[in-house]
Amino acid sequence: MKTLLELSGVTVSFDGFRAINNLSFQIGEPELRAIIGPNGAGKTTFMDIITGKTRPDEGRVVYGEKSESLLKMSESQIARSGIGRKFQKPTVFEAQTVRENLAMALSNPRGPFDVLLYRKTAKGAARIEEIAEEIGLTHELARPSGELSHGQKQWLEIGMLLAQDPRLLLVDEPAAGMTPAEREHTTDLLKRAAQTRAVVVVEHDMEFVRRLGCKVTVLHEGSMLAEGSLDHVTKNQDVIDVYLGR
Amino acid sequence: MTQGFLSKNPSVLWFLAILGLFTVVVTVLAEATGIGLLSTSFIKTLGKTLCLCLIAVAMDVVWGYCGILSLGHFAFFGIGGYAIGMWLMYARTEIIVTESLAAAAIPPTPSEIENAIGTQIFGVVGSSDFPALWAFSDSLFLQLLMVVLVPGLLALVFGWLAFRSRVTGVYLSILTQAMTLALSLYLFQNDSGLRGNNGLSGLQNLPGLEDTPQSVVSIGFFWASALALAMGYVLFAWVVSGKMGSVIRGIRDNESRVRFLGYHVESYKLFVFTLTAIVSGIAGALYYPQAGIINPAEIAPIASIYLAVWVAIGGRGRLYGAVIGAAFVSLLSSWFTGGGAPSIPLGFYTINWTDWWLVLLGLSFVLVTLFAPKGIGGLFDYITINRAPQRVGDFGPDKGALRREEGQQEPEERRP
Repeated sequence: MKTLLELSGVTVSFDGFRAINNLSFQIGEPELRAIIGPNGAGKTTFMDIITGKTRPDEGRVVYGEKSESLLKMSESQIARSGIGRKFQKPTVFEAQTVRENLAMALSNPRGPFDVLLYRKTAKGAARIEEIAEEIGLTHELARPSGELSHGQKQWLEIGMLLAQDPRLLLVDEPAAGMTPAEREHTTDLLKRAAQTRAVVVVEHDMEFVRRLGCKVTVLHEGSMLAEGSLDHVTKNQDVIDVYLGR
Repeated sequence: MTQGFLSKNPSVLWFLAILGLFTVVVTVLAEATGIGLLSTSFIKTLGKTLCLCLIAVAMDVVWGYCGILSLGHFAFFGIGGYAIGMWLMYARTEIIVTESLAAAAIPPTPSEIENAIGTQIFGVVGSSDFPALWAFSDSLFLQLLMVVLVPGLLALVFGWLAFRSRVTGVYLSILTQAMTLALSLYLFQNDSGLRGNNGLSGLQNLPGLEDTPQSVVSIGFFWASALALAMGYVLFAWVVSGKMGSVIRGIRDNESRVRFLGYHVESYKLFVFTLTAIVSGIAGALYYPQAGIINPAEIAPIASIYLAVWVAIGGRGRLYGAVIGAAFVSLLSSWFTGGGAPSIPLGFYTINWTDWWLVLLGLSFVLVTLFAPKGIGGLFDYITINRAPQRVGDFGPDKGALRREEGQQEPEERRP
């Protein structure tokens, strides 16, 4: 397993408040990693930094074999280089159908003229069917995604992430608002994705994290508090004090 | 491609059929080509309306589909008009001057002719020299190129600067409005090189076609406008269909999400902004020869605001809505302001529509925005969309949705 993404010494302040404080983090490919931490621990900011939404004040973020710095790239460049993100709140294009949502995410050339002259291919259609099957939305392909239930929207967004065919998936609270059955399905999806890619899951729900059965990173006040298996970190006294003990 | 595209977008076929029928009916009723029921000036009004419909379609693409409320598209429209107007004015003045100097004892030198044309055109602003702006005005081809290039380049540069710094929403609208205002104020100056507030006039007289009556010219421009509208409509319908349309609407609804999908949002906005600016320029180049005169007041921000009102009343996010809005409101506007609507005497006060039309328009804009956000075009939904099926059945909570403790699944045995 080789390192795909490495953050070192990253610090971000918002108006003097240190959202991320000298954070270092590594993930290999393929790997599944869960990040837990209390509210305000900097989980979302962490994702913002990787995807280029927030620029750190200090530190390095390098990605891929060539160890490219992500700090010089725009959001869309980062996304094109193979980093996909699922937001906490499902953000699908509600006015468009499930198929259109997936087609937009499908990994194809992203330039305006490529898209303007884009022709639907049998291969693309087959890929959409395949993803729809995986996320259980085969029968909903023609429906406007605004009509979907909350859980289905979450899946659609995971499906869009898969359609992008990224090397690194950043998934923010994928199971929020899902029923237990839906949660299990989501766990399977993520585990399957992590067989070939690097997947980072931010989650509050301990049971969900336990089912993922992966290495866990605990964030607190913008720094890493502990790292290891779930059993290991839940025994850590610092973790119990700031997070579990509350 | 055409086959698939048209069959997937039946509204385009309907639109083309209705536009074609309308053109035929007007042609039959026109003076030059038919029974003469419609006056030449009314043909011109209809031709101008078609040009306004074209710019409204462009506005709908940039606003209704891409979410950029541009208050600058009438500036591009005006630039198109100025570009063609410069050639029309130059070429016609050249003919007149050459004719009058031909009678002179000594044949005039080219520079004398040049000076005489300059005096004719710029005498009104106290000058006789040709500004650099007019360098290409003797060439129809080059000026036609300007119709496309100047709005296109201006939109490209302006859009690049604005979108690159991620100016969005109302701030972008203000920025576009500032651009429009600056351009209009600049053109108002006498030394701007475009005759200040006099503008360019006599544009209805086509050089070389002096003997052709206006009735013929008007129907010619009407056809050209109808053709331009048809082509523009098909072009934009193609752009907003398929994947491009999907991305553009995605940008409207959630710009940053599109960015995280790997699309360079700024390039898309720039593409849409520039393309619509070019089409607006072409619409303007067809409009002003029918109007006969262009002056900087036409470019003032208020014109672009009207444009937004037309599109909103017609229905954003559907191309035919924009056409309906522009045609309906602009024709109604000329009926009200042209004294066509009878005044309403209330005894103590008489409502003159020339004064009250704007109030009526503003009121209907507010009402449409509040109560019918889909505009007039939204009425078509009642015809085309099958009502959503009644969802009768068990849509209760999923198995295991009951949770007595937050995030805790109920143990199996406690489930009923």
